[in-house]
Amino acid sequence: MTTKEPRKATLKLAIASGKGGTGKTTVAVNLFHFLSKNYSLKTQLIDCDVEEPNDLLFLHDFELESEDIATQLIPFIDNDKCSYCRKCVSYCEFNAIVVIPPVNFAEVNPSLCHSCGACLVACEDGAITENPVEIGRIRSYKNGQEGVLTEGRLKIGSAMQTMLIKDTKQHTHEDMDVILFDAPPGTSCPVVETVADADYVILVTEPTPFGLYDLKLTVEMLRELQKPFGVIINKGGIGDQKVQAYLSKQEIELLGEIPYSKTYASKYATGDILNNISIETEIQYKAIIRKLMARYTRDEGDYNFKR
Amino acid sequence: MKEITILSGKGGTGKTSITAAIGSIASDVVFCDNDVDAADLHLIMKPAIREEHIYIGAWTASIDQSSCIDCGICTDHCRFDAIHPDSHGKLEINPFKCEGCRLCERLCPVQAISSLQSTNNNWYVSETRFGTLVHAKMGPGEENSGKLVSVVRKRARELAIEGNARYLINDGPPGIGCAAISSLTGTDLVIMVIESTISGLHDARRLYELIHSFSIPTYALINKFDINPTSTAEIEEFLKEKSIPLIGKIPFDKHMVNAMVKGKTIVEYSDQIEASKVITKAWKKLEHYLK
Repeated sequence: MTTKEPRKATLKLAIASGKGGTGKTTVAVNLFHFLSKNYSLKTQLIDCDVEEPNDLLFLHDFELESEDIATQLIPFIDNDKCSYCRKCVSYCEFNAIVVIPPVNFAEVNPSLCHSCGACLVACEDGAITENPVEIGRIRSYKNGQEGVLTEGRLKIGSAMQTMLIKDTKQHTHEDMDVILFDAPPGTSCPVVETVADADYVILVTEPTPFGLYDLKLTVEMLRELQKPFGVIINKGGIGDQKVQAYLSKQEIELLGEIPYSKTYASKYATGDILNNISIETEIQYKAIIRKLMARYTRDEGDYNFKR
Repeated sequence: MKEITILSGKGGTGKTSITAAIGSIASDVVFCDNDVDAADLHLIMKPAIREEHIYIGAWTASIDQSSCIDCGICTDHCRFDAIHPDSHGKLEINPFKCEGCRLCERLCPVQAISSLQSTNNNWYVSETRFGTLVHAKMGPGEENSGKLVSVVRKRARELAIEGNARYLINDGPPGIGCAAISSLTGTDLVIMVIESTISGLHDARRLYELIHSFSIPTYALINKFDINPTSTAEIEEFLKEKSIPLIGKIPFDKHMVNAMVKGKTIVEYSDQIEASKVITKAWKKLEHYLK
C-alpha cells in the first residue's frame, strides 16, 4: 500500500431513480437541508441533472458565488493546410467529420463530435486545431448556514450532457463533510457518470408498476457497477405493494418510506418544501440519515458501505 | 401520416400514461417508445413481439495485459481518463469510462488493445391491442441512447407509412439532451405534458426553447392542474405568452395509478372519470387542428 496523504474524509452519496418524477429532487434537497442544519455537516449538493436542473428552485436565499462556462473542444479544419486525405474521417468513430476531396470540402459537425482528439492524431498536414465551444454553465450558490449548491446547466441544443456532468463533478469544494450528487432520470451513461464516484447510491422509487420496472433496471446497472445502494419509497400508499416485495426478495435495504400527501405535493408545486417543515417529514428524513450513518464503516478516511 | 412526439422536460409528468390513453381513443396509430433508457409503455400495451433486433452499440476497448509493454501511450492520449494501472500495476481500461473512440487501439505499438461493440441493446416490433408498437430495451449503463432512438423511430415511420397509419406517436424521453433531441428532429408536432409544479414549468420552458429552435408546432397539456392553482396559473401565462395552444387540463386522480396497476389505460379503466374525458377531448381537439 502506498501511503496516503492525510485528508479529510468526504462522504459521497448519489441520488438516482431510473423513472423520472419519483422524488429525487425532493429527497436530495431535504437531505441537503437536514445534513447541514440538523447535523451541522458541511454539505455540498451537486445537481447533475444538467438537462433539467431543479434543485435551486427549492433552495431560497441562495446567492450566486461563481460561474464557469463549460466547454467542449471542437476540431477545426484549416482548408489551406488540408490535403483532403480523409485519414481523420477514418479515425472518427462518431461520423462527425465530412471531407469531400473533389470540392475541397472538410468540416466537423460539432453536434456529433465527442472531442476524443483522434482526428488531431490522424492529421499529417497539421490542418486540425481545436477551439472551445460552450456546452453549458456550472454555477455555485451559497447561503451562509446551508452549505453549497453547485449545478450544471446544459446549453439548450447541446447533446453533451455526460461531458457536462463530468465537468460539474470537478467543482467539488474542499473540506466538505458530505457531497450529494442529484442524478438525472434513466439508466444510461449520464447516470453512470453521476454515480461513478459515489460511496453509496440512494434510489428513489414510487410503488407503481412503472416505478418498479425502472427500479429493477437501475438495480441491474448498480450491481454491474458494484455500487452499494439502498431504496427510498416515495409516494407510499399509492399503487401496490410489489416494490416492497421485490426489495425483500432481493434483500435490498429499504431506507425509508415516505407516504404520499396531497398537502406536500401542493407545497412542492410552489417550491416551498423547506419552509414550515412538518414534524412527520423531519422524523422521516432523520430516520433515513440515521440508517445511512449506521451502514458505513470508515477505513483510513474512506467510507465503506456494506454491499 | 403525421408524426407526434410527446415530451415534458421533467420526468414523471405523465407522458406514458397519456400516450397509452391516446391508444384507447385514436385509431390507425403506430406507437414508438422513445424512452429507451427506462421504457414503460410496454407495461400497459403488453406487446406480442413480432420482430426482435439487436442494436449494435458503442465500442469498448480492452487491453491484453500479456502483450502490453506498459509504454503508457494509450494513457497519455485517452481523454476520458479510462486507462489506469490495476492493483498489479498493469494497465487496464475502465469500460464505464471508455467512450469508444478507439484512439488507444490505433496508437498501441504492440496491438495489445482491441475493441468490441456492445450487443446489449435490443429493439422490437410488436403487436398490441392499440396497433403496432416499436420499442427497445437498452442494456443498463449503455451509451448512445440518442442513436437507438433514431433507429426505433426510423422503423416506426416505415411501418406507419407501409400500413397507411394516420399517426405515428412517439412517447418521448425526459430531459432536453441527446435522447430528447433525437426524438424531436423531423417530427410534425410536439405535445408538451406539463406537470403543475415549479419544476414542471421550469423544465417546460427549457424544452420549449429546444422545440422552438427546430420550429416544430407545439401543443400543451397540463397534468395534475388542481394540485396547486398558483402554479397552474403561471403555466397558463407562459403558454399564452408563447402562443402555445392548451388542449387540456388533467386533474390529479389516484385512478391514474390504479389503472396502471391493473395494466390498463385510464380510458379502459373508466371512460367516465374526469381525466379520461379531458384526454379524449384533447385528442379530438388535436385531430381537428391537424385537419
